[in-house]
Amino acid sequence: MSSNAATHDDHDHHHAPSGWRRWVFSTNHKDIGTMYLFFALFMLFFGGAMAMVIRAELFQPGLQFVSPEFYNNMFTNHALIMIFGMVMPAAAGMANWMIPLMIGAPDMALPRLNNLSFWLLPAGGLMLVMSIIAPWVGGGTAVTAGWTLYPPISLQAGMSMDLLIFTIHLLGISSILASINIVTTVLNMRAPGMSMMKMPLFVWAWFFTAILLILIMPAFAGGVTMLLFDRHFGTSFFDAAGGGDPVLFQHLFWFFGHPEVYVLLLPSIGVLGMVIPTFSRKPLFGYKSLVWGMAFLATLGMVVWAHHQYTVGMSIWATKYFMIGTILISIPIGLMKFNFIFTMWRGALTFETPMLFAIAIILMFAFAGVTGVMLAVVPADLQYHDTYFVVAHFHYALIPGAVFGLYAGVFYWLPKWTGHMYDEKLGKIFFWWTTITFNITFFPQHFSGLAGMPRRIVDYGVQFTEFNTISSLGAFAFGLSHLLFLYIIIKTIKGGEPAPAMPWEGAQAGTPGLEWTVPSPPPFHTFETPPEVK
Amino acid sequence: MSSSHEHYYVPDGSRWPIIAVCGMFTTVFGTALWINDLSLGPWLVALGALGIAYLFFGWFGDVIDESMSGKYSPQVDTSFRQGMMWFISSEAFFFVAFFGSLYYIRMIAVPWLDGEGHLGSSHLLWENFSATWPLVSTPDVDKYTQVIEPMGAGGIPMINTLLLLSSGVTLTWAHWGLKKDSQTQLVLGLALTVILGVIFMGFQAYEYYHAYDVLGLTLNSGVYGSTFYMLTGFHGMHVTIGAIMLMVITVRAAKGHFSHEKHFAFEAVAWYWHFVDVVWLVLYVFVYWM
Amino acid sequence: MSEPSFASVPRSMSRARLWVAALLALLPTMGWAEMKLNLPEPVSPLTREVFDLHMMTTWVGVWIMVIVILLVGYTLWKFRKSTGAVADQEFHKGFFGTWSWLVVPVLVLGLDLTIADRANSTFDQVENIGDAEVTVKVTGSQWKWTYEYMEHDYSFISNLKSKEEAGEYDYLRTVDNPLVLPVNTRVRFLHTAADVLHAWWVPEIAVKKDSIPGYINETWTIIEKEGMYRGQCAENCGVGHAYMPIEVKAVSRAEFDQWIGERVAEKQAAAELAASNKVWSQDELMAEGEGLYNTYCAACHQANGAGLPPAFPALAGSAMVTSDIPAHIDIVVNGKAGTAMAAWGAQLDDLQLAAIITYERNAWGNDTGDAVQPADVKAAR
Ligand code: HEA
Ligand code: HEA
Ligand code: HEC
Ligand code: CUA
Ligand SMILES: [Cu+2]
Repeated sequence: MSSNAATHDDHDHHHAPSGWRRWVFSTNHKDIGTMYLFFALFMLFFGGAMAMVIRAELFQPGLQFVSPEFYNNMFTNHALIMIFGMVMPAAAGMANWMIPLMIGAPDMALPRLNNLSFWLLPAGGLMLVMSIIAPWVGGGTAVTAGWTLYPPISLQAGMSMDLLIFTIHLLGISSILASINIVTTVLNMRAPGMSMMKMPLFVWAWFFTAILLILIMPAFAGGVTMLLFDRHFGTSFFDAAGGGDPVLFQHLFWFFGHPEVYVLLLPSIGVLGMVIPTFSRKPLFGYKSLVWGMAFLATLGMVVWAHHQYTVGMSIWATKYFMIGTILISIPIGLMKFNFIFTMWRGALTFETPMLFAIAIILMFAFAGVTGVMLAVVPADLQYHDTYFVVAHFHYALIPGAVFGLYAGVFYWLPKWTGHMYDEKLGKIFFWWTTITFNITFFPQHFSGLAGMPRRIVDYGVQFTEFNTISSLGAFAFGLSHLLFLYIIIKTIKGGEPAPAMPWEGAQAGTPGLEWTVPSPPPFHTFETPPEVK
Repeated sequence: MSSSHEHYYVPDGSRWPIIAVCGMFTTVFGTALWINDLSLGPWLVALGALGIAYLFFGWFGDVIDESMSGKYSPQVDTSFRQGMMWFISSEAFFFVAFFGSLYYIRMIAVPWLDGEGHLGSSHLLWENFSATWPLVSTPDVDKYTQVIEPMGAGGIPMINTLLLLSSGVTLTWAHWGLKKDSQTQLVLGLALTVILGVIFMGFQAYEYYHAYDVLGLTLNSGVYGSTFYMLTGFHGMHVTIGAIMLMVITVRAAKGHFSHEKHFAFEAVAWYWHFVDVVWLVLYVFVYWM
Repeated sequence: MSEPSFASVPRSMSRARLWVAALLALLPTMGWAEMKLNLPEPVSPLTREVFDLHMMTTWVGVWIMVIVILLVGYTLWKFRKSTGAVADQEFHKGFFGTWSWLVVPVLVLGLDLTIADRANSTFDQVENIGDAEVTVKVTGSQWKWTYEYMEHDYSFISNLKSKEEAGEYDYLRTVDNPLVLPVNTRVRFLHTAADVLHAWWVPEIAVKKDSIPGYINETWTIIEKEGMYRGQCAENCGVGHAYMPIEVKAVSRAEFDQWIGERVAEKQAAAELAASNKVWSQDELMAEGEGLYNTYCAACHQANGAGLPPAFPALAGSAMVTSDIPAHIDIVVNGKAGTAMAAWGAQLDDLQLAAIITYERNAWGNDTGDAVQPADVKAAR
């Protein structure tokens, strides 16, 4: 890409600023994307270490390692870190890196805002760490409420809870600002000729994700703010004695929380929309219906939140409405699944690591989906709710649905990001290792849930021992596999076979983005003069 | 997308965002300490607030300089506009959450406590409670203070409605001035808008004082007080922010920063102000009137 | 369940099947104990209905998975590039490519509506609360259940049985006072809570409902079989969430009537005793107090009085407990607002409170020698 020197100001744009300033003051989408990705990687280990604490404690009945209070604090923060600290930043990192490259933009629409969105994350992370240590330093009880932060139990905790509320404010502002930036970039920064209906699916997926975030995040922020007022300023939003209702918080939370699961899922669907056509060597099947399907999913996803609250006692009609709405979500997602399968149909398939993950997602996320539909059925959910059946459902949704999509994305774009091919053999080992151990970890949890094991318990009766032992062993092996992941990434950054602009012999020719027209790794500035798309 | 052929201005590294992060962090951390009675709290809040104020001057100063020196193509302008629109959408959903809460409390929760509807048996727990809205007497009369008299829709709230509505008119008048490049009309219209906004805030403050002093309507007086202060309070906060932004815009207009084809900052603030206006109308209907 | 052998799984099977097989092969080595793989056998008409619905959706799910796995498996097998497959670049444009967006949703919609219809009618039954012969108000609190038989104006508290008492095997599954219910009788439950959310769940007999402080939720059941049914609190209620099991003892109607009659009479006698002006000796109070303390207070302050600081203060050696009698009585009777320490005056009578307080003042080396009388407690109310 040649640059248009005439309109340049006096700085030389072709040399990246160096030292710490490059990162702390960055306005470059690739650098910010890289920071997002490293932050997410760090948080994966942090939140994962907490999961290891959980699984170690549940390895056998009895209190082994941690106090009940610490255990509850662990699953609370495990969830918040994995969702807000790991999946969302990793997806945002990919958006930052890839969206401008795909649509031929010189950068994100609002580069300084982009920097602000990123640096709010470490600030939020720091606040979260302070919330964890507050009980030791400042006294008071830890947050034991779970990531859903339901009152009244979240009203009981000490200062730990206030810090967590502010953590959510910081992370929430970060997501909203990042999303504003992404939507604006998609709408306003496309290269001439790159019409909306020509955009790669990943861009579409993030477009809907960002709109969802802009609309739902404020409800969560509002909810926790009300919590703060109930805690410190004498209001009674969530206290029946003053005319309030604890369930009101649940509505606010899930108005955010349910669309949030699609926020986690959609970027990964977007990655599938790139990976599958690539390794099938043919264009995406049903592009248009995928786009409309995502629009439908986002809309429907915003109005079915109360399926997490079937047991709280809503009116019969409200409950039925939420049930039917939820079940209908199988339509757009089913459509997406089948479109992906039909993309492979009559293709010329090869099974590189990203493709292996993509296939695993199709199978295992379908499974999460059918357990989701089982959960959506009210009378049955009245038995499943708050048991390990739900834990199994959502780890199947979150790990294959979201995290595996991120793995697929990482392997798919590592050559582009670093300029080196990753080690295919290690990649495949990583795939089999995670897929097998993941299932060993979470498959038995369906059974322990049906057999009556509630979630969020630190100790359990002996009848659940076998399931938990298997699950814990699987989890340790699954955790260890991430050390390999880390090794592969470091190895790829440090060296390896140089990657051409279009790795895999140009298999991705059928994907419509411009990212493959720039070298790997791309120069610091790309598309300073917009390319023309025909 | 014709403008895409021009060079899109990508700023160099900037220190403002990281200062913003530090300022926000310090402020909220200070608040957390403060509400837990730790003496460091207020100092941190002050420090953070100073940082944020400094940052606004610096960041917006940079943007103004860049804008004045002609670095922004129309495409950059569009980015700013769209960004602002999405930001306002987000704010709108913040209020949607609060109005939704009011609806839930008023139409669902409170009637249940009085024995109506799906969870009507709840009345067993609060035998002396009867539902009214405004809720002057809470289910547990000892835990919360009781409202002596609810806030009416006439008087100050009515005046405030008129004030905000006319401020919308003066702002539009200023916009007309801008369109025909009449500097006086622009500045005058803006100044009038600011004055109306400030009077509104004054009345609001007096209304709060009156509510605490005479009506017994407080944060502690049950869920009616809670929702009342949450909605009017967050709205008031937005009015304050809007008024400050209007003041800055007025000064900039007086300096001649805007022309009929280039005035993103003016328009952004105007949108914001109209948004705050609309929220007030909804609020007036559902909080004061109905 | 039979034990499929790993070797019999053909290699070409999709990976999803492979891991299921691997997992099942692993299981027998762990010892089956009492492992259940499904919801327990239902013993009420409602739970039976729910169970059938659960099996139906499960089978729908299984078949969807079978179809998806076979379809994907076949695709992967058939269109491998390594066997020379060439991609059909026009496939997405053909007739199927044009109309599949309609086909898939319509098929899925059909399945969805089938499920929803079944679910709807079952749900109507769940919500058909109706009149009942026995009404039990179930109150969850941190961390125990209080049951109140509304028709008999009789209530009692049900607590976790300690490990020593229950034994390794029954620990976390048994309580000191199970809820007793008659069989073949329509029972209505009123669910509420005293402090935070809880949820009362006994899989065999009832569907789960949240206990919400300040609100009352309702469920119903008709138990058809005598026996002991076990459940647990199913809504996170803090550090003791794992420690509030539920036991329901279903007995014949005659046995139930006799049981409740005896309990009501007992309660009246106790009330009379507490109201009498008898002066109690320290030993009598201590003996009475120990059991009560272990039932009501040990969940937080622990049986050895050491508490779980910083959340729950130690009572052994506590300044308040060893010196200031009025303050001690006050905190037990009136609780302390804003903390987990409840106002026990509302739940226990004067004699019980006096006994507990006396016990605390003399146990675990506190040895104050005080004997707090019911009259002292009464004065403090
Ligand atoms: C990425 C995250 C993710 C995703 C995508 C989903 C997807 C879905 N989820 Fe899940 N869910 C969670 C994450 C996710 N969930 C989490 C985190 C929780 C717990 C939160 C907490 O309490 O802490 C939860 C809890 C949860 C509950 C509450 C359970 C309870 O607490 O009692 C319910 C109930 O309805 C539910 C339903 C669904 C449904 C119907 C879908 C649907 O979107 C699934 C649709 C997909 C398919 C159906 C598969 C593909 C379709 C076909 C192959 C076509 C044919 C299929 C049929 C006809 C069935 N989920
Ligand atoms: C994206 C979200 C996400 C992800 C990725 C995960 C990942 C994991 N989760 Fe998480 N989980 C949630 C979201 C997520 N979870 C949510 C929302 C809840 C509900 C919380 C609530 O109830 O409030 C929950 C709750 C939850 C529970 C239930 C707790 C309870 O109810 O009491 C359990 C129990 O097994 C669990 C386990 C795991 C495990 C083993 C992993 C593994 O996948 C983690 C694997 C990763 C690593 C392990 C990190 C990397 C490796 C190292 C650190 C190296 C060292 C390794 C060793 C020493 C072995 N999770
Ligand atoms: C749900 C947990 C819980 C239960 C059950 C409980 N307490 Fe407490 N108790 C507390 C907490 C928390 C405090 C600390 C209150 C404070 O912050 O001062 C406390 C404080 C006390 C104190 C004051 C201790 C001191 O040194 O200040 C006494 C005495 C006491 N409890 C007695 C009892 C008795 C008697 C019972 C049973 C009838 C009981 N508690 C049951 C949680 C509990
Ligand atoms: Cu009570 Cu959980
Ligand atoms: Cu959901």
